[in-house]
Amino acid sequence: MIIKRWVEGVDERLDGSSFISRNLTKVFPDHWSFMLGEIALYAFILLVLTGTFLAFFYVASPDLMTYSGSYEPLQGQQVSAAYESVLRVSFDVPAGLVMRQTHHWAALIFVAAIVVHLLRIFFTGAFRKPREMSWVMGIGLLLSSIGAGFTGYSLPDDLLSGTGLRIVYSVVQSIPIVGTWIAFMLFGGEFPDAALLPRLFVAHIFIIPLAIIGMLSAHLAVVWHQTHTQFRGPGRTESTVTGTPVWPKFALKSTGLGFMTFAILVALGGLFQINPVWLYGQFVPYSGPSPAQPDYYAGWLEGLLRLWPNWEFTVFGHTIGELFLPSVVIPGIMFTVLALWPFIEARVTGDKGWHNFAQKPREAPVRSGIGAAGIAFMTVLLIAGSNDVLSKMLNIEVDTFNSVLKWLVFVVPPVAGWATWRVCRDLQRRDAHPISKHSRMVLRRNAAGGFDDVEES
Amino acid sequence: MKQPTRVVAICFVVAIVGALGAAGVYFAGGQPQLEGTFLALALGGVGAGLIVWAKELMAGIKDKTEDRGHGPLSEQDTGAAADTILEGVQDIQRRKLLSRLLLGAGAALGLAAIVPIRSLGQAPGDSLFVTPWRKGMRLVDEEGNIVTRDTVEPGSFATVFPEGHVGSADGQAVLINVGSVKLDLPADRLAGAPEGLVVYSKVCTHAGCPIGLYLAAEHELRCPCHQSTFDVLDGATPVYGPAPRPLPQLLIEIASDGTLVAQGEFTGPIGPSFWDLP
Repeated sequence: MIIKRWVEGVDERLDGSSFISRNLTKVFPDHWSFMLGEIALYAFILLVLTGTFLAFFYVASPDLMTYSGSYEPLQGQQVSAAYESVLRVSFDVPAGLVMRQTHHWAALIFVAAIVVHLLRIFFTGAFRKPREMSWVMGIGLLLSSIGAGFTGYSLPDDLLSGTGLRIVYSVVQSIPIVGTWIAFMLFGGEFPDAALLPRLFVAHIFIIPLAIIGMLSAHLAVVWHQTHTQFRGPGRTESTVTGTPVWPKFALKSTGLGFMTFAILVALGGLFQINPVWLYGQFVPYSGPSPAQPDYYAGWLEGLLRLWPNWEFTVFGHTIGELFLPSVVIPGIMFTVLALWPFIEARVTGDKGWHNFAQKPREAPVRSGIGAAGIAFMTVLLIAGSNDVLSKMLNIEVDTFNSVLKWLVFVVPPVAGWATWRVCRDLQRRDAHPISKHSRMVLRRNAAGGFDDVEES
Repeated sequence: MKQPTRVVAICFVVAIVGALGAAGVYFAGGQPQLEGTFLALALGGVGAGLIVWAKELMAGIKDKTEDRGHGPLSEQDTGAAADTILEGVQDIQRRKLLSRLLLGAGAALGLAAIVPIRSLGQAPGDSLFVTPWRKGMRLVDEEGNIVTRDTVEPGSFATVFPEGHVGSADGQAVLINVGSVKLDLPADRLAGAPEGLVVYSKVCTHAGCPIGLYLAAEHELRCPCHQSTFDVLDGATPVYGPAPRPLPQLLIEIASDGTLVAQGEFTGPIGPSFWDLP
């Protein structure tokens, strides 16, 4: 058979001791939570496929033209070539709308899968030595995925995303000393500059995907080399790994998961409208959408901006803009702490040992508490980022809603953290309680006729 | 056929039907919902089939345990890689002059490589301090129509631009007619708001969004992005939300023909704060 000859040929050239079969029989531990990272990977693959299709139609130009496509409400209006090309792919290119909406849904799921995967790794301590490198690259991937999402939804040149770009420009401008220079270099000049869309396009389809593919490859290679963590169980030890062999069972299962991910994303793209830019209209700098909401992965940043007080500082006759703290310093600190978490935890606990067993969250109550506090913090911020919509839905004044949120952002995280810590500690105690477990004891009769008990066998 | 075999078979048949269906819909003129549904059936059929196959028909493949083949380095292996690298570095550094020159060349090259970044954008210069407004420029609306003392009714507002600069990002302004309500402004600025017609920059001093909402009853301007709110009667000072500075005012006068004319630039730099702002 030709396949046999090929495989033998490759194997012979790579490694006499059978490089291929060694990797094909590699085992992967089975647990539903281990698939979260795979979902992110498969979402990324679909993003590349649908994105390539979209890139053939997108025109990265702000030049104005008269719209004459098939979307009637906008016919005869002045729109940019970029906006027109997005309308064309949505209404006039066959299968274009499914591709575009699937792409957007896949982006939302991609970031979400990364976040949930990250939480799984965090709460099970799977980032501990020797897997710190995978963790740091994972944070890099999270940041890149947010960057990919933001640059992507800014491409249509619609009113909503254009306003988002204006905010980002203002944020960059607020950086002390070099802010205006960086803003002008990034955006080509004072906002809005004609250089911006082509740059966003290059960032979105070349620079960021390249970074993602690079980090993703390294991330997977390290996981493959270090072998997967596993939960404790009968017959399992630190130095061995128990699970399904890659070929054929794990391969079939994982490919199946990939196709299921594709199926769900395509169904979302076909059935559920997302980012209808034709309703927002062409971007113009003098008009703003209300209510205004970014995609959720930028929503917490928006929430931070909405809740932050109007503090501004003057230093030696210079101004540190209001935006600098909530949109540069605070997120900078948050992501730095997150990226360095494995090292911080090892330093604090003094635990420098190797860990191939994943923990239950209850086994590390303090870490789990901190994680829960972090989730609570982000949730309040996310709610704050949609305060205009939510206050309308709840029928309360947005100012009142904000005042409540300003308290909640300080109260909820510690409470959630403390409650989680308590629950973890109690569960841990129950696990450790002697009568909650069967214990076996060997009794041995001694010469005197009495019994010596021997410890657990 | 046994039960799981039948399930897998059905899944793959669904996949075939879905894929053909999707192609059929495409050639029949296309319909997003149907395309999505058929494609989802095609992909989901393959996915579900593979998963059931692996789970049910490969029950014979049991979990295996193998050595990780990867663990903490032994005492003598620790540092071996670092030693190899350091030996190489020492070998290079032995030639003091050459290694220092190499370092210098690397640094210079790095610097030279950064320089072209300068081409990416113009220097900020004073561009954040100036707008298109000049003395004597007439106010026009979004369509370029000349704005007069009668254009805006008391209690309402309009977006205005300098004539010839419709759509200008930094020249955009709001003209508000507060009617007979008293404006609380210093004398020179009050003179620039004749007949209750007061003009402020439309760019929010928080994050630069255009301020789109006018709460007529409270005489407040509100930004839809982060809810910064400005008191129109009190020189557009921020009264709520994250905006730190008032909106700069554009002093105007009413020409003899009733058109509104700018007296010059805004009373200060517009938009969000930056380092060079005094």
